[in-house]
Amino acid sequence: MYVAVKGGEKAIENAHAWLAEERRGSTDVTELSIAQIREQLSLAVNRVMAEGSLFDPDLAALAIKQARGDLIEAIFLVRAYRTTLPRFGYSNPVETGQMACDRRISATFKDAPGGQVLGSTFDYTHRLLDFKLAAEGEVPLAPESQPRSEPIPHIADFLQDEGIIQDEPTSDATPGDLTREPMEFPAGRPLRLQSLTRGDEGFVLGMAYSTQRGYARNHAFVGELRIGKVAVEMDIPELGFAIEIGEVELTECETVNQFKGSKTEPPQFTRGYGLVFGQSERKSIAMALVDRALRWGELGEENLGAPAQDEEFVLSHADNIQATGFLEHIKLPHYVDFQAELELVRKLRLETDGRTTPQEAAE
Amino acid sequence: MTDQTKTANSERQDWMGLLARAPEDVLMELWAEMGGHPRFEWLRSPEVGGVMVRGRTGGTGAPFNLGEVTVTRCTLVLQDGMVGHGYVQGRSKRKAEVAALIDALMQTESADEVRARVITPLGCRMQAVKTARAAKAAATKVEFFTMARGEN
Repeated sequence: MYVAVKGGEKAIENAHAWLAEERRGSTDVTELSIAQIREQLSLAVNRVMAEGSLFDPDLAALAIKQARGDLIEAIFLVRAYRTTLPRFGYSNPVETGQMACDRRISATFKDAPGGQVLGSTFDYTHRLLDFKLAAEGEVPLAPESQPRSEPIPHIADFLQDEGIIQDEPTSDATPGDLTREPMEFPAGRPLRLQSLTRGDEGFVLGMAYSTQRGYARNHAFVGELRIGKVAVEMDIPELGFAIEIGEVELTECETVNQFKGSKTEPPQFTRGYGLVFGQSERKSIAMALVDRALRWGELGEENLGAPAQDEEFVLSHADNIQATGFLEHIKLPHYVDFQAELELVRKLRLETDGRTTPQEAAE
Repeated sequence: MTDQTKTANSERQDWMGLLARAPEDVLMELWAEMGGHPRFEWLRSPEVGGVMVRGRTGGTGAPFNLGEVTVTRCTLVLQDGMVGHGYVQGRSKRKAEVAALIDALMQTESADEVRARVITPLGCRMQAVKTARAAKAAATKVEFFTMARGEN
């Protein structure tokens, strides 16, 4: 029997009013502006853009404010907004080799052409709380050196020149788009990468860590990690040529993995690839490790039954909006469902009681 | 396509790309300073949308979809019949309108004035910001030196 229930409107309205008040917090404290969030919590903004799958720092900052800093809630807001946007088209693939790098490091070649450029990194900090930040104060300007304007070559190019790393054949095949068609398995590498780049950072990190701990062991070197801005170019039909329609900050990670060779491939290095919106270093390295683990099939490696090798498992659980939607819905009213379960258990109890009673009597 | 159209297209690509990436406040400031804003009619009024950005596997391989970027576009026509397109990053309809007006004007005899008063200074200011970042990055480049292990 289905029973329609109404009610609770007033309670919901009041709950939302209180939410707005709690979001604001004490009015003795200055209200946060969108610009403050965008400028001073930029890594949170980057995460919301990456997993919200929409590059727009102001929008991500607004979402963080509205969500009271709950980043998954903020990602949800951005995803919802994204679905309202008409799709103008697809860009030409970005040229990460032309990136204006703020940071570019290689863990494999000390003297890589272009050098080891640290950028504004947390690496080599002591992870001690800095109580100076609790007080307001001027920040001294960072030192400058002679800037370079020529592009920094990819590390993989050098290995490729020697023929010792697996080739990455260029193609112009139209990739699948999981915002347009539901995911089907096997997904193929382009769809896997789309899914991983918008996947939950914690989930992708955990999967990557599992490969490092020995589940589908694949010792990865960070061949290269680079962060910086690239131009986004799109063909404009009414113009008849392509123009730059903007620029995005990206983090790119390419891992170099040892590979003993298989029936079809000679011994060589193979690659894992991570590319994420914003300065998202941890996510990008994790993405590259998981990408590499998922490539076992195309490289003719053994399926060790490790979670990170299971495409369907990884891709079906990487999306935190799908996950939280399904998880959190169970807190919403299930009165009728539960009533049915309650009836069932009571009935079973009665039957069980009916059976056990004579036995107990005999003892 | 003749060489002449190629050059014309490439110049137009340059200013449209610059306008797309321009910080809105700087563009608006230069535009306001120039004055003499022409009258126009909309052919397509400003519309906010998304463009799916693509990357390539390994940076050079097969394309894949990375995520979207917000873009605002519009098309207008000046009274002399010149058509301008605005395609700008972000959600500002006002910025798209100014970009389309500049695109139209850059194809008229006002081009030199618009270039001198908006395009060139805008390009210089954006380049200065880019160079300042590159200079800070350059200062974080590691200079390795070998530790001497002593005279044995």
